[in-house]
Amino acid sequence: MNGRWRTRVLIGLGVAVVIAAIYFPRLKRRVKTAAKISQPSEEQARRELTTPTPTNTSDPMVKAKMFWASDEDESALSPVAIELALSPDPVLRAKQVLNTLLAGPASSDLRTLPPDAALLAFYLLPDGTGIADFSEALATSTPSGIESEQLAVDSIARTLEANVPQVKRIKILIHGQEVDTLAGHLDLTQTFIVNTKAAQAPSLSVTVPVKPSAGAPASQAPSAKGKEPRR
Amino acid sequence: MRFPIGLFCFKWRILPAAACLAVGLLPVSAPAQTPQTVQASGAQQSAAPIQAPPYPTVTPPSVQRTGLNLVVLDPAHGGTDPGARGAQGIRESDLVLDLTFQVRRALEAQGFQVLQTRSGNENPSFDDRSAMANAQRGAVFVTLHISSTGLPGTVRVYTLPDMPSRATAGGILSWDFAQASYVTLSRKFGDAVQGQLAQRFKGSPNSVQTASVRQLRTTAAPSIAVELSSVSVQDRSDLNKMMPGVADAIARGLAAFRPSYVVPGEAGAQP
Repeated sequence: MNGRWRTRVLIGLGVAVVIAAIYFPRLKRRVKTAAKISQPSEEQARRELTTPTPTNTSDPMVKAKMFWASDEDESALSPVAIELALSPDPVLRAKQVLNTLLAGPASSDLRTLPPDAALLAFYLLPDGTGIADFSEALATSTPSGIESEQLAVDSIARTLEANVPQVKRIKILIHGQEVDTLAGHLDLTQTFIVNTKAAQAPSLSVTVPVKPSAGAPASQAPSAKGKEPRR
Repeated sequence: MRFPIGLFCFKWRILPAAACLAVGLLPVSAPAQTPQTVQASGAQQSAAPIQAPPYPTVTPPSVQRTGLNLVVLDPAHGGTDPGARGAQGIRESDLVLDLTFQVRRALEAQGFQVLQTRSGNENPSFDDRSAMANAQRGAVFVTLHISSTGLPGTVRVYTLPDMPSRATAGGILSWDFAQASYVTLSRKFGDAVQGQLAQRFKGSPNSVQTASVRQLRTTAAPSIAVELSSVSVQDRSDLNKMMPGVADAIARGLAAFRPSYVVPGEAGAQP
């Protein structure tokens, strides 16, 4: 009896080994395939959660001016007219034009912003200060240098100036945070003038050098106090 | 949200006034204000009087003297921050250090004293670099960079765009906006250097550019950023060849700027 059971067990084990040997290559392939599918990064996950800018088909088609690098001089900007359906709401409109700017021109050499950067949020304060929150890629993928960083910020400011007149200044955040510089050079602690004429008028009071609070950046203008930003 | 350190000190009284002076505020005199600005500050004073500061103040000087003595050279980046990186392992932080040594030699040949914000592979903070210039009288500040982009073989000089004056009525500058009173002088200095560079490097602009360069904002001295293009060159020797020309242009530009440099004098100082 013991001998029969031993034989059965050995046969069973032998069958299991054969099945395992057959199954092993397939298992190996599946592990390899699984490894290739990378885990979504925090930023990818956030992008998926970020509500995409709603596109309303009833929005009127207008000629929007996008500022990308000039094909004659890549260190300068040049306006490109594009037919876009733009919302009359300034926040939605700002999101639409910035997303188009991020998408880039036909020639990728003329991009001013990195292709992997995304606009996470845009707010507009009652005093005309726009706050654009970009993903980390804007800081990590913009080529380091005064010229390239200046070109990136200028393209944002001039595109907003041409298409969203309600935005007077722009403050750039990276992943919801204020950062010192864009990629090591350009100062992101300040707001950038978008609409020169409109931004100059209220800033006259800021030039009076008396109160210690005069050092506060324009984004902390008293007129914005107590009011909810538009999102 | 950031506060000027001085404001922080006054509002919460965390540090004694002496420490505020040492840490948060720059007791340097502002250049002569326009009559409009002076009037405006007077009007604001009557509307919101501020407590008289318990430290000596410096009024806009009536007597000024020329005396550019010292150049603070700032090789950007360093340490864990390599700056722009190009092909074949070209790192901005290494190249600007080599450039700094060459600029230093050219300046010393013109009779200037030179200080460097770093001499090795360290990475002082923006504020530490500015502090080195702010502690000097009669200094100018030059921060040296090499870009990722731009037409190879060109050089650009940058200064800050116009900033609203942030000096208090007593002539005390906020650290965060220390450059505000020097923008005009910086531009004059930048134009002098850019003019020299344009002669040597074809394709470079003829006049100074403006950009919100972080390093310049906290520097209380005529300050420029000089940026060479670029780390994208195939061979590092292309950049090495530019360095003597850049060094000579900075030294000659500074010598040309020297007569128009005005150091606020002590004549107007009040206890």
